[in-house]
Amino acid sequence: MKDIDITAIPHIAELEHITKVFDNTSTHKDYLTCREREESENKIVPTLEEAIRRSGLKDGMTISFHHHFRNGDFVLNMVMDTIERMGFRDLTLAASSLTTIHEPLIEHIRHGVVRRIETSGMRGGLAEQVSRGLMDIPVVFRSHGGRAAAIETGLLKIDVAFLGAPSCDAFGNANGYSRDNDTGVICGSMGYAKTDAQYADNVIILTDNIVPYPNVPFGIPESDVDYIVKVDRIGDPEGIMSGATRFTKDPKELMIAETAAEVIGASGCFNDGFSIQMGTGGASLATVRFLREKMLRKNIRARFALGGITGQIVKLHEEGLIKKILDVQSFDLDAAISLKNNRFHQQISASYYASPNNKGTAANQLDFVVLSALEVDTDFNVNVLTGSDGVIRGAIGGHQDTAAGAAVTIITCPLTRGRIATVVDHVNTVVTPGCTVDVVVTDQGVAVNPLRNDLKERLAQAGIRLVPIGQLRDRAARIVGEPSPIDYTDRVVGIVTYRDNSVIDLIYQVTDRGN
Amino acid sequence: MMFVPGNNPGMIKDAYIYNCDSLMFDLEDSVSVTEKDAARSLVFHALTTIDYGEKEIVVRVNDPRTPVGQADLEAMVRAHAQVIRLPKTETAEDVTYCADLLGRIEQAAGMAEGTVHMMAAIESARGVLNARQIAEASSRLIGIALGAEDYVTDLKTNRSADGIELLFARCMILQAARAAGIAALDTVYSDVNNEDGFRAEVTLIRQLGFDGKSIINPRQIKPVIDIYTPTQKEIDKALAVTAAIEEAHRKGSGVISLNGKMIDKPVVTRAERVLALARAARVLDREGGE
Repeated sequence: MKDIDITAIPHIAELEHITKVFDNTSTHKDYLTCREREESENKIVPTLEEAIRRSGLKDGMTISFHHHFRNGDFVLNMVMDTIERMGFRDLTLAASSLTTIHEPLIEHIRHGVVRRIETSGMRGGLAEQVSRGLMDIPVVFRSHGGRAAAIETGLLKIDVAFLGAPSCDAFGNANGYSRDNDTGVICGSMGYAKTDAQYADNVIILTDNIVPYPNVPFGIPESDVDYIVKVDRIGDPEGIMSGATRFTKDPKELMIAETAAEVIGASGCFNDGFSIQMGTGGASLATVRFLREKMLRKNIRARFALGGITGQIVKLHEEGLIKKILDVQSFDLDAAISLKNNRFHQQISASYYASPNNKGTAANQLDFVVLSALEVDTDFNVNVLTGSDGVIRGAIGGHQDTAAGAAVTIITCPLTRGRIATVVDHVNTVVTPGCTVDVVVTDQGVAVNPLRNDLKERLAQAGIRLVPIGQLRDRAARIVGEPSPIDYTDRVVGIVTYRDNSVIDLIYQVTDRGN
Repeated sequence: MMFVPGNNPGMIKDAYIYNCDSLMFDLEDSVSVTEKDAARSLVFHALTTIDYGEKEIVVRVNDPRTPVGQADLEAMVRAHAQVIRLPKTETAEDVTYCADLLGRIEQAAGMAEGTVHMMAAIESARGVLNARQIAEASSRLIGIALGAEDYVTDLKTNRSADGIELLFARCMILQAARAAGIAALDTVYSDVNNEDGFRAEVTLIRQLGFDGKSIINPRQIKPVIDIYTPTQKEIDKALAVTAAIEEAHRKGSGVISLNGKMIDKPVVTRAERVLALARAARVLDREGGE
């Protein structure tokens, strides 16, 4: 090779990074073909134990999981069982969300394997136990956007991410579906996993379906993946997704949905090229149907739909009424299949979806979001996390992010559920601050946040009957009466953070008395 | 008129949220024999506790000739039900028997005679043939209604998509109601999930002349309102008719004409009905705000 004297280069002192001359002997080229590499030099590790060992996991580290498999997830429990068997302790478990199927975590916590939890939400036995004081360190709850921001800024540093994938090639291109085959296990978008894969120090993909390289399109690129473990089953298709999310037939939910569509129509922002996100509650989903009629009547189309995507959104997309779909999480099989087949149905990461920290967040481009609520109070604060008994039974999800990002944030909820009031003086847990909520639609009236007098005037002009939120609260109290206060201790079991990772509320331990 | 089963607290508690004109709490066919007392008590407490706003409150009682029916009447008059719906009415005497009972209960309860109105459901061939006498049997009667399920059984047939088997009864009930100057209400449509079929039936009964439709699910409200709400064209025409009348009155002219056509009384009456329906559907003189 040429004899180069670096020191002779003019101003070399200012070109600090130019330090080394090319050395022929340090460059290695192998002559394997792609097929040979796929077989012999891939990232597939024979066992989960081996992958964990190679990842360098140590006591006290942080591990992460995604919740795209919902209540059909086998990955988290499988990994945690293995980790416990291998003797690790004091781990921080940072999942994008946890649900009923993750109840075995109770034992891992009791055995000291898991010391801290960070999640968007919790349900079932685990949530019940956490509410009753299972953990020494309070659980940190973050929104999807808040979690992405925490990961990006290093507030939440993930040492090892364990990410289940319905398809993956030998080098780690992983996805929520496969264009090569169909194993029956499909989750559509891998949005939450994408952010973990990008920032975690070590990424282990667990899959039941190794497909030929390159697995295109991919949700997670091979450049982010360290190891791949083939397992028999990553989840139960039944629990991962239902065939199609159907419209509710509940007349009350339909009425709320129709009113929400009226509110959207009269808001002044319902014009050609609008953008929208629908929450997963029965009423917020059904709003799509009434909106469709309005769009056809007014001859307008939506620019994009965002968020958790359902078959109902897909139908409007395929009908040409919604031009593009940005999908962080596919809620049903129709949505997953659309992601696979439709060109303008785009998979996006949690960060792209909702992080308040990055350089461009889709949630900020929303005109409308329709969300549900467990409770709303007279200051328009919303609780989607704790029940009327004070026990954790929900998830923040993208609630805070989209409420803050959308031009018009609509909360849909029945005024009462059974004998529980939904509109109250003070929500048990403030999750989404009232200053980001614009309209509350119930079966017994529509209330507009006093901060939005512009909206109030437009809705009134359109003939929508509006009531002060205090009146809704009074009406609810008249129907179900005043509940006895929840019996809390002064011990904090959960920290609810806002999307900027500041603390917005605390969840206290409930006692068995009176609950 | 929306049917609300008298034994379903969940439906009773907030039935007022829906956009129907009247609510009919049912103590009769939707309540099993063993639950009659519980349902009566439930509806009584609902009517005396819950504010149903401007909805007309109707209660379908059991046969007033039975102890259960009499107990229903005793309770519902005292609960201030506005209208008692008499089931399976076959003769004018069925109406007068119930009307007399109502009078006695009103007196005992210290209420003015005639406070409680009645509606008679006709559900048999005999009832249909007696429709005229039934409709004229009592000043308490504000309307008669067809109950098709029992009626088609009585006819030895069943309900079809186009409802041909009901045509005679519908026409008969309608003529009887109009002759007596009271309302005519059509029967329920049980297949809640068949919206197209329901819309076709409502379109038919509106064209026949019925004042309204009995419904069994809130999801059926919107189709009825859609079909009964006059179109903008109809409203504009009716407004033009009333404007022409005012103009003629102002000029002191006896002959009223619009676009060269004479407006006679039936035209005026129809225009008034169109405007009344439009107001009821809130598409005219729209109100809003808090």
